[in-house]
Amino acid sequence: MSELVIEAGRTEGQYWRDLWRYRELFFFFAWRDMLVRYKQTVVGISWSLIRPLLTMTVLTIVFGKFGKMPSGGVPYPLLVFCGMLPWLFFSTALMESGNSLVTNANMIAKVYFPRLTITVSSVMTSLVDFLISSVFLAALMFWYRVTPPIAVLVLPFFVLLMVASSLGVGLWIAALMVEYRDFRFIVPFIVQFGLYISPVGFQSGVVPEKYRLIYALNPMVGIIDGFRWCLLGAVGGVYWPEIAISVIDVTFLLISGIWYFRRTERTFADVI
Amino acid sequence: MNLVASTRDSENAIVIENVGKRYSIGRRRNADDGLRHAIEEAIRSPFKWLRQRGEGNRRDADFWALRDVSLSIKPGEVVGIVGRNGAGKSTLLKLLSRITEPTEGRIRINGRIASLLEVGTGFHQELTGRENIFLNGAILGMSRAEIVQKFDEIVAFSEVEEFLDTPVKRYSSGMYVRLAFAVAAHLEPEILIVDEVLAVGDAAFQAKCLGKMSEVAQGGRTILFVSHNMDAVRRLCHRAILFEEGKIRVDGEVDSVLEQYFARISTGTFRELPSGYGLAVEKVALKNEQGQEARQFSPGDDLTVEISYNAHSRIELPYFLVIVEGAHGKCFTASMLLDGMRPDALEGPGKISCTFKAIPLLPQSYSISVSIRDKIHQSEIWTCKDATTFTVRADLQKYGYKGDYLTHAPRSTSVVIPYVWELPDGETIPVGLTAPETVST
Repeated sequence: MSELVIEAGRTEGQYWRDLWRYRELFFFFAWRDMLVRYKQTVVGISWSLIRPLLTMTVLTIVFGKFGKMPSGGVPYPLLVFCGMLPWLFFSTALMESGNSLVTNANMIAKVYFPRLTITVSSVMTSLVDFLISSVFLAALMFWYRVTPPIAVLVLPFFVLLMVASSLGVGLWIAALMVEYRDFRFIVPFIVQFGLYISPVGFQSGVVPEKYRLIYALNPMVGIIDGFRWCLLGAVGGVYWPEIAISVIDVTFLLISGIWYFRRTERTFADVI
Repeated sequence: MNLVASTRDSENAIVIENVGKRYSIGRRRNADDGLRHAIEEAIRSPFKWLRQRGEGNRRDADFWALRDVSLSIKPGEVVGIVGRNGAGKSTLLKLLSRITEPTEGRIRINGRIASLLEVGTGFHQELTGRENIFLNGAILGMSRAEIVQKFDEIVAFSEVEEFLDTPVKRYSSGMYVRLAFAVAAHLEPEILIVDEVLAVGDAAFQAKCLGKMSEVAQGGRTILFVSHNMDAVRRLCHRAILFEEGKIRVDGEVDSVLEQYFARISTGTFRELPSGYGLAVEKVALKNEQGQEARQFSPGDDLTVEISYNAHSRIELPYFLVIVEGAHGKCFTASMLLDGMRPDALEGPGKISCTFKAIPLLPQSYSISVSIRDKIHQSEIWTCKDATTFTVRADLQKYGYKGDYLTHAPRSTSVVIPYVWELPDGETIPVGLTAPETVST
C-alpha cells in the first residue's frame, strides 16, 4: 500500500503520478464539453463549419477583393482558409481553456484531481472543430483542383506546434483568470486583434522584409505560414527564421505556462 | 520529530502532525485593484512578484483556520468531527482531500482515500443521468472500468432507472441527490471522508444513506464524518473530535464529546474566516427588552437578534435574513429579500439587529439562523445555521392555558398566533401567548 504524504510544497512527484492515474479525466472532460456544446442549438455541430465558412467569405472579400492583396497564384479563399484553420483553433482553444477553471470553480472547490486535466481537455475539445474544418478544407482543395505538395508530410509538426501554442497561452490565461477576472475581457481582445495581426486574411509576404523577424514573434505567424507551405506549396516561399522563432516562442510559452499553472494550482481552491 | 518512526507507520490510516492552514483575509474583492496592483508589482520587480505569487505571500492580515492539529486515526475507525461553523472542520477535510495544501505540518495517509464534500459535484445539468454517472464517477476518482462494473448497482441504489436518459436538469431535487449519492456511495475507498452530505434529501433517503455508511463502516473502512446532525454522528461513530477555533478541543468517546459540544454551542460568538467578500461575523447575540444578553425568554417577550460584523471591504446593499427555527421547523423569518429594508453598505466593524416583537412561541428550544446575501446574485456572503440558540420558558397557566394535556406543549407546533374560540352558547374566548393579563377565564 502506498503512503500518501501531504505537506506544504511537497507534491511535485506525486502530482505527475496522479496526472497519470487520472488520465481518463482528460477524455471525460472533453467528452462532456462535446456533449454539452451543441445542446439546445438548432444546427448543432454544423456551427463548426458555418463559422469558418462565413469568416472565410468575409476575409476573402475584404482582403482579396477590396484590398487586392497578392494571392501568390492560389485561389484566395483557399489561401484564407489555410490560415484560418490554425487561427480558429487557436482562438477557440484560448477562449475555452481560459474560462475552463472558472466555469468549473465549484468542482475545484470540492474535489481533488489534477487541475491540468480541465484546461488540457478544453484545448482537446477544440481539436474536434479543427478536424471537421480540415475535412472541409480537403473538399475545398479538391474543388479548386489543388494537390498538396510533398511537404504535407510535415503538417503534423505544425499541428503539434499549433496545439502547443494554444495550450501554452491557455494555461497562462486559465491560471491568471482564477484570480484576475479581468482576463475575461482581455481574451476576446486578443482574439479580435489577433485575427488582424496574424497573417490570416493575407500572406505574411506583404509584411516588409525588415519587420519580418519582429512580426514572427507572434507564434501564429510561423504556424500559419507553415500550414500554407504544407498544404499549398511554396506560396510566397517559407521563411525559415520565422518558423524557428515560432518554435522557440511556443516552447517558452508552453513550459512557462505549465510552470505558472503548477505554481498557482495549489491555491486555486482558496482563491477561486 | 522522530523521522525514523514516522517514515513508515502502518498502524494508522491517517496521521496528522502539527498541521496548520493560514488564509489571508481582507482580500481585495475588487479585481481591478488586484490586477492593477499585480501589474505594478510585476513591472517593478518581475522575479520577486512571480516568486511570491505561487506562495500566496500577502501583506494582508492572516487567519489561521487550523493550527497545531495533531491526531491519528486507526484503520476501521469511524470518527465524527463536530464543531461550529468556522471551527476548522471543513478546512481539515479540504486538506485531507487535497483540495488545498496545508501551510505547515504534515499529513500521512495509508490507503486509497475518497472524499465526499458535496453531493453531485461535477454533475452537468444538460447531461443525462447515465452520462452523469460516468462523469461524476470519473471526477471522484473511479476508472471507467470500475464505473461500468458498478453501473447497475449504482442505478439500483438511486432508484431513478426510468429517468436514466433524461437530462438531470429535469430531475426533482430528491432524484438528483439520490443519484449523486449513489455514485459516491460506490466509491469503495479504504478511507472515506464525508461532509454534511446527509443534510440534503428527505428523511427516508437520509436513513438509506446512513444505512449505507454504517455498512461501509462495518466493512472495516475508515470513515471521517462531519455533520451537524448529532443523531447521525452518535449512530455512526464511536469516537468524536470537537473542533473549536481551529484547534482540537476534545477527542474521545462520542457521547461524552457530544455532551461537551452541546454545553459549548450556545455562546453565539464566532472566530471565522471572512467570506470571499471580506466579511467576518463576530457575534450573533440575543437580547431582551432591557438590552441585556439573554438566552431565555417568555412568550410575548421582544427578542432582539444582534449581529456584530467586521467588513474588511465595503459591501453594498446586502440582504440580511434572520430565521427562527424550532424543533418542528422554521417558525418565522425576517427577510430583507422580501421587505427590501437594506443597509446602504457595510464597512468596518458594525452591528445590525432585528427585533421580533412579542414572540408568540410555546415553551420549547429554538435556534437562530443568519444569512447575509450578495446584492445582485443573492449568493451567500455569510451564512450560519444555528448561530445561536434560546429557550422559551413559561408557566402556560399564567397565559390562560388550562388544558389537561399542557405537558404536550413541547410537541406542539411552535408558533401560536392569537385566536378566538366561539362556543355554541355564544361565549367567545380569546387565546394567545402575547398578553397574559388580558386573557379572561
